[in-house]
Amino acid sequence: MMFSSNNFFSRIIHGNPTGPDADSDSMRSRLPISGKGTFPHGIHPPAFKAQTYSKNIRRLSFAPEMILPLSQHFGAPSKPVVRQGQEVTRGDLIAEADGFMSVPLHAPATGVIKKIGLMPTARGPKTEAIVLKVHKGANQMVLHESQQDVNNMVPSEIVKAVQNTGMVGLGGASFPTHVKMSVPKGHKIDTVMVNGCECEPYLTTDHRVMLENSLNLFAGIRLTMRAVGAARAVIGIEDNKQDAIETLRAACPDDGSITVEEMKTKYPQGAEKMMLKALLGREVPSGGFPSAVGVSVYNVATLAQLGALLPRGRGLIERVITVTGPGIEKPGNYLVALGTPLGFLLENLGYQGSASHIILGGPMMGVSVSSMDVPITKGVSGILVLTEEEEAAQIPKQVWPCIKCAECVKACPIHLNPSHLGMLAAQRYYQTMQDDFHLNDCFECGCCSYVCPAGIPLVQYFRIAKALNREAAASEKAN
Amino acid sequence: MKRSDPRLIVRPAPFLKSAMTTQQAMLDVLYALIPVIGVSLWCFGLGAILVLAATVIGALLTERLFSPASQRIPLRMDVSTLVTGLLLGVTLPPALPLWMAFVGGAAAIGLGKLVWGGLGQNLFNPALVGRAFLMAAFPTAMTTWTPYQGPEGLFTVYSSNLAVPLMNSAFDGVTAATPLALIKFQHETPPLYPLLMGNIPGSLGETSGLLILAGGVYLLLRQVIDWRILMGLLGSVAILSGSLYLLDSAHYPNPLTALLSGGLLFGAVFMATDPVTSPITPKGALFFGVGVGFLVVLIRGFGGYPEGVMYAILLMNAATPLIERITQPRAFGRGGDT
Repeated sequence: MMFSSNNFFSRIIHGNPTGPDADSDSMRSRLPISGKGTFPHGIHPPAFKAQTYSKNIRRLSFAPEMILPLSQHFGAPSKPVVRQGQEVTRGDLIAEADGFMSVPLHAPATGVIKKIGLMPTARGPKTEAIVLKVHKGANQMVLHESQQDVNNMVPSEIVKAVQNTGMVGLGGASFPTHVKMSVPKGHKIDTVMVNGCECEPYLTTDHRVMLENSLNLFAGIRLTMRAVGAARAVIGIEDNKQDAIETLRAACPDDGSITVEEMKTKYPQGAEKMMLKALLGREVPSGGFPSAVGVSVYNVATLAQLGALLPRGRGLIERVITVTGPGIEKPGNYLVALGTPLGFLLENLGYQGSASHIILGGPMMGVSVSSMDVPITKGVSGILVLTEEEEAAQIPKQVWPCIKCAECVKACPIHLNPSHLGMLAAQRYYQTMQDDFHLNDCFECGCCSYVCPAGIPLVQYFRIAKALNREAAASEKAN
Repeated sequence: MKRSDPRLIVRPAPFLKSAMTTQQAMLDVLYALIPVIGVSLWCFGLGAILVLAATVIGALLTERLFSPASQRIPLRMDVSTLVTGLLLGVTLPPALPLWMAFVGGAAAIGLGKLVWGGLGQNLFNPALVGRAFLMAAFPTAMTTWTPYQGPEGLFTVYSSNLAVPLMNSAFDGVTAATPLALIKFQHETPPLYPLLMGNIPGSLGETSGLLILAGGVYLLLRQVIDWRILMGLLGSVAILSGSLYLLDSAHYPNPLTALLSGGLLFGAVFMATDPVTSPITPKGALFFGVGVGFLVVLIRGFGGYPEGVMYAILLMNAATPLIERITQPRAFGRGGDT
């Protein structure tokens, strides 16, 4: 993963640049970028990225025991193909995909399967997981792989190969990548949009991946363009990451097929619908996917990993995460084996046990955990360790009644009316929220809760309302 | 290390919070009111401060006595009720008996807020409900105006201020006509400069256009009030009264006088912009402002009263739920214009 992205390599890949740099600008103009570089509404929380953005990605040692939940992705859980007591090599398939809407799972380290049973997760209920006892002295070379010629694959073969890597969206949604790559019938993809916004405060993994791993990123982008049949790719990066913008611009091919666009720093710029609006001026219809407007969207970390894994036929067994926050002694960006328990990771980075909050993901959309046994899974992009003082500063001291100040209305990127939805939720009109006020368009970015001067936990109301509506719909179906 | 740490708190995202609080927004309104209160002391003397104290005490006492215990905010944090009391107070005439001001403060909180279910639930602006109550109950006292700087300067307290409750409290001093009364009944156009500075007869805090505007600019910068309401209101008054002035300059004031006289600026900055009783939607806020402006010009020009800001705002308050319903923002990805 420690590739540098200097011009030497990019020349090898793209051929020698023939003209001056101005040339690439004229190339870029052939592909009109019709967005404004930003979207209406949204918020500007403090970035908190100074602690880690300049720190190189470093590899961490294996934990003695890895916990690998069978459901680390959106879709059907993987099916184990190993037994208790079985020896596995790093990179081995340990669980296979259960149908198209599922991905396989690979062993992150060489060791023996200790058990397959219920283990804690960040989201709450325990789920089925494979527990791997790592051999002492197991090394981090990948031992199991099978090289494949990706350059001569047809799109359907690429999609299959991507599924075999077990790749999911590494930005946090954990949507299986190969599902995104299989274009629905009747849709035509003209653009691959690559998300390098990283708009969540604190997180710097995408930033580091773009700086340190741009070669793999471009390889991944090319593969994806071929898989979906798109003629161009656009990488969108927020303007607070100028070094990443420069690095990737320098590495862009001269034919203008891949360009880097600077975007305004704003939360949630990295939400795919917001980004699409900002970059291409296209609005994804409510309830639809970006493919409906001819675009396929991927996170930079996802495509960088894919570019590294696919030619070698490897599985996804490790990822880069940012570990940061005032409660940690050695904040930084780390390459971590999937399945590493939180406790082991934090112990290694000088955690003093002083945290009141440990959050998986960013501070806006992450989840706080109650157990140190929760493992790092495919969708975890960061660990945030907040101390009691930090928490005291961020928690509303008192919840006031809504006075309709309209801050949430001005913040909601989906243009909902969170204030009114909140009042309906308090009165339990959950169905009305869904039917008349577009509750299901809410993607839970948390802007409304962030700005609310009354300290009303609006987005939590909406999560509960959605869950109850889902339950009601399910029980109605059952009857 | 212990595997499950009992000190770990599990809480829903987001884990960040902007610094703005309701308390701070209310304090901002209070700060914006301070110059207005200062000018009422300067123009009308100590009596003005006593009237303000009476409305504030009436408001706070009612809140203490009648709000449900579960919703009650500690007295030292109850800036909202304090602001309601002050907002009512500065719309009252200087010679008003204190007991009436007290009743007004109680009505503002009791009828304007608590009967609706407390903070954030009321349909009408509480301070204006209090004022409308007083207007109906004590029409003479509410329309008796005293001249700028009373007989004893800063220490002026009118005998009617100290009248015994429910006894005859006829004002026995020198009265004066407000600029709007001059326009309406004498067809005189008052000079502009005093309207800005505040050395004219009128309600306690409505006389100095300049200081009200200063408060408005502060609240706009702090993003406590919506510019759409303010601009919609002032803009529609300017345009409508300007058209009337062009049609008949003998009967109608020029638009600048219309903007600066009476309670218009005060109502626009401090009353119409009350978030609870104005539409939450951006389009709705503009519509609301324009509506208030239209009604003000209508009442002033064609109604029986010289001033109509209070009724204009109350009427538009009543229309707020309707305006909100028809101006719901278009959700992302649902077609049409944003």
